[in-house]
Amino acid sequence: MAQTAVKAGGERLATLALPESGAWLAAARKAAQARLLAMGLPGRRDEYWKYTNPTSLTDAAVTSAAAFDDPSEAPAFDAIDRVTLVFTDGVFDADASDDPAAAGVEITRLAEAGARDLHWARDLYGVLETRGQTPVARPLAALNSALATDGVLIHATGRATKPVSLVYRHRSETSDANLHHCIKLDAGAEMTILESGPGAARFNTVMEVEVADGAAFHHIRTQGRDHDRRVATHIFARLGAESRFKTFTLTANGVLTRNEAVVELTGDDAQAHIAGAAMGDGGFHHDDTVFITHDAERCESRQVFKKVLKGGAVGVFQGKILVKPGAQKTDGYQISQSLLLDDDSQFLAKPELEIYADDVKCSHGSTSGAIDETALFYLRSRGVPEKTAQALLVQAFLAEAIEEIEDAAIAEDVRGRLDAWLARRMG
Amino acid sequence: MLEIKNLHVKLEEEDKAILKGVNLTVEAGKVHAIMGPNGSGKSTLSYVLSGREGYEVTEGSATLDGQDLLALEPEERAAAGLFLAFQYPVEIPGVGNMTFLRTAVNAQRKARGEEEMSSAEFLKVVREKAKTLKIDAEMLKRPVNVGFSGGEKKRNEILQMAMLEPKMCILDETDSGLDVDAMKLVSDGVNALRSEGRSFLVITHYQRLLDHIVPDVVHIMANGRIIRTGGPELALEVEKNGYADILAEAV
Ligand SMILES: Nc1ncnc2c1ncn2[C@@H]1O[C@H](COP(=O)(O)OP(=O)(O)OP(=O)(O)O)[C@@H](O)[C@H]1O
Ligand SMILES: [Mg+2]
Repeated sequence: MAQTAVKAGGERLATLALPESGAWLAAARKAAQARLLAMGLPGRRDEYWKYTNPTSLTDAAVTSAAAFDDPSEAPAFDAIDRVTLVFTDGVFDADASDDPAAAGVEITRLAEAGARDLHWARDLYGVLETRGQTPVARPLAALNSALATDGVLIHATGRATKPVSLVYRHRSETSDANLHHCIKLDAGAEMTILESGPGAARFNTVMEVEVADGAAFHHIRTQGRDHDRRVATHIFARLGAESRFKTFTLTANGVLTRNEAVVELTGDDAQAHIAGAAMGDGGFHHDDTVFITHDAERCESRQVFKKVLKGGAVGVFQGKILVKPGAQKTDGYQISQSLLLDDDSQFLAKPELEIYADDVKCSHGSTSGAIDETALFYLRSRGVPEKTAQALLVQAFLAEAIEEIEDAAIAEDVRGRLDAWLARRMG
Repeated sequence: MLEIKNLHVKLEEEDKAILKGVNLTVEAGKVHAIMGPNGSGKSTLSYVLSGREGYEVTEGSATLDGQDLLALEPEERAAAGLFLAFQYPVEIPGVGNMTFLRTAVNAQRKARGEEEMSSAEFLKVVREKAKTLKIDAEMLKRPVNVGFSGGEKKRNEILQMAMLEPKMCILDETDSGLDVDAMKLVSDGVNALRSEGRSFLVITHYQRLLDHIVPDVVHIMANGRIIRTGGPELALEVEKNGYADILAEAV
């Protein structure tokens, strides 16, 4: 019985039409499809999907959603000097994009990469994803490696001149989009990736990031504000010695979001910061699932996740820190907190530590609570209107996560989006 | 200015009467003090006047310049000119003291249809007032009351009062937790604000504070009522003899 459950969707998966692509990429897709067949699609009974129902992410039927690009809102990262690369319904849109060369890194479109002999990309595409499949299977990532229609392959050999901003537009009402990005930072390189936009009715992205010794990677993402969107994302990262990896995600609304981050610290003194702020009301389900492996000495990992839930929204956090034998002086910190604005909303958390080294410092904390009524009254007694007071307390609650963004201008942009959301939704 | 008539208050959650017919009138420009044993209802009175939840007014009224206070939201009462310096100021992690002060000042101005204060003007005024209260710039940057000492919290209350310029100021045990010098600072701060159009209701246990902030009228509250009213000499009497005689007399 277990066998049939695990291999859910097998028949359909075996006959999936893989996108046309050149030699190495075609082989990588085939291999990913084989991985996927071996694991099957996630089901309700999978332990890893205990709190989030994957059905609507894996249904054969394509979900539809009204095309969404809210013109009334300023686009994310508008004020940031960046190189914008636009994907419309999962396909690179050269006309809407800036010249990729302006970023000071090598950028190749995935859809055109198969024909080219990009050794580094061949050694990365699906490779970190495969490593991330143990000890826990992540079938949606393998599905993405098999099916991704487009994406970017970025090779940074030094310091990028500008952030690369990936903008996802959603123009067709029924669209499934799969994008796969590979980013390789050579020793000492540094770059920032921004991601924004609704993408598709059902959107699946994978980002594989190789951060060599002394390199630094920054990732800031805002996830769309339309109600119909479903999204599954994976970031796989491998970190060399003294490297830094920082990712932050702001999520506001969307029916279903599952963001997975799988990070391996393989060189001594590396640093990984994974943070997120999510706000949702009504039919909003947001899942942050993180797996961090410490496999070197004196590395630091930090997870900071905050969620504001309202009107029956559900927040999920599954965060694991695995400290391998020999990973001495590991410093692992994990905090996940929810602010429940009413009794209908719910936060489910599963923090885990698995430690095989003796000289480590690891802490985790998970809380959920209502708004502090005493603080609310104090603010109101000074003349601050109730809604403003609530918004101030929500901002204060989310601040710790947003502080994880290093770049002041980008952090300001994120705060602005948060404020706009609060102004619209707290009423 | 403030007129409280036969105010009866009970807890919302349980059938416990706390205020049992408070009558109190504070005229414009006057300083009234309230003293009274622990648990007599002094803080409850201040909370009910400022609109905290959890209490139910079963009888009586409270007006500020004729306006029914009890019908207003807490922020509306503040905009109408009421201010409460809390007995226990609240810590608010993540909200900067400056942000808080500016939001409050401008919210009140907006509610009254006045122009908001510019950032530059605000900064100038707040720095000036903080300086006289010996609140340093670093404290202004910290989150509201977080990590402040007891005395610092009380000084921060007075700073808020000075910024908001309310017409009816209620100080609930602002002197408790203050060292001798801080008590002088805070009193000077209060005295500087005394004016014809502004009244004070000072809740305290100690005559000491009333040496600095000299009251026009002193009330004694016990068991949810004002049981005696007199001049400054009443505070001296309490200081000397305690409440026993006054309580006995009232029965
Ligand atoms: N929320 C509450 N729940 C239960 N009892 C309460 C509550 N609020 C007030 N009381 C009770 O009401 C009475 C009056 O309390 P209050 O704090 O007003 O006294 P007070 O005069 O300010 O005392 P103190 O001088 O000690 O500050 C006390 O017996 C107190 O325990
Ligand atoms: Mg009291």
